[in-house]
Amino acid sequence: MTATHRPLVEVKDLHVRFRGERNVHAVNGVDFALDRGEVLGILGESGSGKSVTLKALLRLLPEKRTVISGQIRVGNEDVLALEPEALADFRGKTASMIFQEPMLALDPVYTIGWQIAEAVERHEKCGRDAARQRALEMLERVRIPSPARRLDAYPHEMSGGMRQRAMIALALACKPQVLLADEPTTALDATVQIQILLLLRELQRELGMAAIFVTHDIGVAVEVSDRIAVMYAGRIVETGKVADIVRRPSHPYTRGLLASTVHGAMRGKRLDAIPGAPPSLNEAPSGCSFAPRCKEVLPECSQSLPQAVTVSPAHLSRCVRSTPVTA
Amino acid sequence: MLVYLIRRLLYVVPIALAVSVVCFSLVHIAPGDPLVSILPPDASLQLVEQMRKSYGFDQPIPVQFGIWLGKAIQGDFGTSIATSRPVSQEIYKAVGNTLMLAMAATLIGFTLGCFFGFVAGYFRDTWIDRVAVTVSILGVSVPHYWLGMVLVIVFAVLLPWLPPTGAGPGSSADWAWDWAHMQYLILPAVTMSVIPMGIVTRTVRALVGDILSQEFVDALRAKGLTDWGVFQHVVKNAAPTALTVIGLQLGYLLGGSILIETVFSWPGTGSLLNAAIFQRDLPLLQGTILVLAMFFVVLNLLVDVAQTAIDPRIRR
Ligand SMILES: Nc1ncnc2c1ncn2[C@@H]1O[C@H](COP(=O)(O)OP(=O)(O)OP(=O)(O)O)[C@@H](O)[C@H]1O
Ligand code: SF4
Ligand SMILES: [Mg+2]
Repeated sequence: MTATHRPLVEVKDLHVRFRGERNVHAVNGVDFALDRGEVLGILGESGSGKSVTLKALLRLLPEKRTVISGQIRVGNEDVLALEPEALADFRGKTASMIFQEPMLALDPVYTIGWQIAEAVERHEKCGRDAARQRALEMLERVRIPSPARRLDAYPHEMSGGMRQRAMIALALACKPQVLLADEPTTALDATVQIQILLLLRELQRELGMAAIFVTHDIGVAVEVSDRIAVMYAGRIVETGKVADIVRRPSHPYTRGLLASTVHGAMRGKRLDAIPGAPPSLNEAPSGCSFAPRCKEVLPECSQSLPQAVTVSPAHLSRCVRSTPVTA
Repeated sequence: MLVYLIRRLLYVVPIALAVSVVCFSLVHIAPGDPLVSILPPDASLQLVEQMRKSYGFDQPIPVQFGIWLGKAIQGDFGTSIATSRPVSQEIYKAVGNTLMLAMAATLIGFTLGCFFGFVAGYFRDTWIDRVAVTVSILGVSVPHYWLGMVLVIVFAVLLPWLPPTGAGPGSSADWAWDWAHMQYLILPAVTMSVIPMGIVTRTVRALVGDILSQEFVDALRAKGLTDWGVFQHVVKNAAPTALTVIGLQLGYLLGGSILIETVFSWPGTGSLLNAAIFQRDLPLLQGTILVLAMFFVVLNLLVDVAQTAIDPRIRR
């Protein structure tokens, strides 16, 4: 790494709070960076703020009810400062997203071809015919059988796996630099899941895209990612290369997750085997949120937010017990 | 689509038949002798018999029905007892006027209703939303005839901008699309539009709220559509339901305009029905009801077809 190195995506001290009858502190100080062509897997229990983090990257959260602070930079764009026009140009072109349930994420009253062509027309300022041609190429690319016919199919006329392929074709149609995938395979059958994951991995390499994969599933995270970030209660508690996280987990939460995963049966394992429940997010955390469930808890754990500790090169853990690497 | 169309058209036949049976029998169940109103009280028995024969009232009811239906299919609804003119002529004029009034009212109601509905749906739980909801509740709850009279008092009496009643210069068949005639259409059409306006507002508001909360809207934004682009998707998603509602409303307006047509002396089917009922003019009554009912059937057909054409999910 040179001194001029600048990652493609940089998120600094991201906070997201939902206002309402009750405040929800969904994201409480998230930092990460992502290089070109790199895949980051975000792992965490339900409610840990994975989807909110991802949506914040595209500013998809309901504007009136959401307070976002911190910094999000993608390429040269300061995402949180974009004006509506520039934001719309950014979405789908620089960064795009695929959703968990393709049936819900596609508009039911437009054909697949139309929906893909619409994105292409929007960003490349080309004609209807050229856009449709691109839609066809994309359907071929995600290996949908008889793509020409599928252009005119409606979402409800396709199977779940086919729909997710179409969603991927849509997300990649304008060759984004970053792909955000929110549990892209959770809603699918096991065999289809693997096909879709392989397809995504392959397309990501071909296009040289950076990608963020959100998942519950350790097996999936290990398979597709270069690096893993483990989230708990709206914070990244540990992040590092896949091998470091799997072989030398430092944070007690990460260790709990891995211990709950039987060797050789990692895929499909849900992260629910640690006793206790995640904390309510009505208050911003003032200490380690994992303390009530932690077997190694110390008195100072609840006194202040644990600082990030570099436990080995490019491997960070936020736990008072983590010991810094000795250089 | 073609198969669906043909099948849907075939369904119309039994429905239409059932409707005509109901029309015919309803009128015959009603008490009173139609001839009493036109014959002098001291008419001879012989004359009464003769009249009965000439109108076919001496035949058994099923035979009367058969004859009536056979002729009705050819557009002949018999002769009006009160005016001695062919019923079809009377209906033709009146239907034209009613259709014009109902369509004008529907157009106003639909346009305003969609406007209020979209604004309320987009600005849920703001003061704009509350204003739109209040307007829609007022629209469906204010009595028609009362509103009609208030409008007449304000816009025809206090501010003499518009004529209070009637359908303009000349007889009811002399309608033309000029200001001299159209100014007569405004007050009744506005009065009539408030109910569809209220209903459409409510429907569209709920629809838009529901659509905007669906994930595909996030996905549309995620691919870079502007608010305007997303709006077009919302419209297409809302259209099938909104069209159904307005189609049915048009049907109700066609059949239910007696009060308004009476308040404004509008020479439509409502006034015609009113007259036919009070004069016990059986042929006129039957013919008018049948034609109105058929409108409803055809309208339903059109709504179904339009809905099917827009929403791919209900295509069979
Ligand atoms: N629009 C919203 N308004 C209010 N609260 C929200 C909203 N979206 C998410 N939350 C809350 O924020 C927290 C984090 O939610 P998020 O969807 O990011 O979890 P997640 O990690 O993606 O979980 P899952 O694995 O179940 O998808 C949850 O407590 C959730 O209830
Ligand atoms: S900071 Fe304390 S409570 Fe939190 S994980 Fe580390 S040891 Fe456990
Ligand atoms: Mg989620």
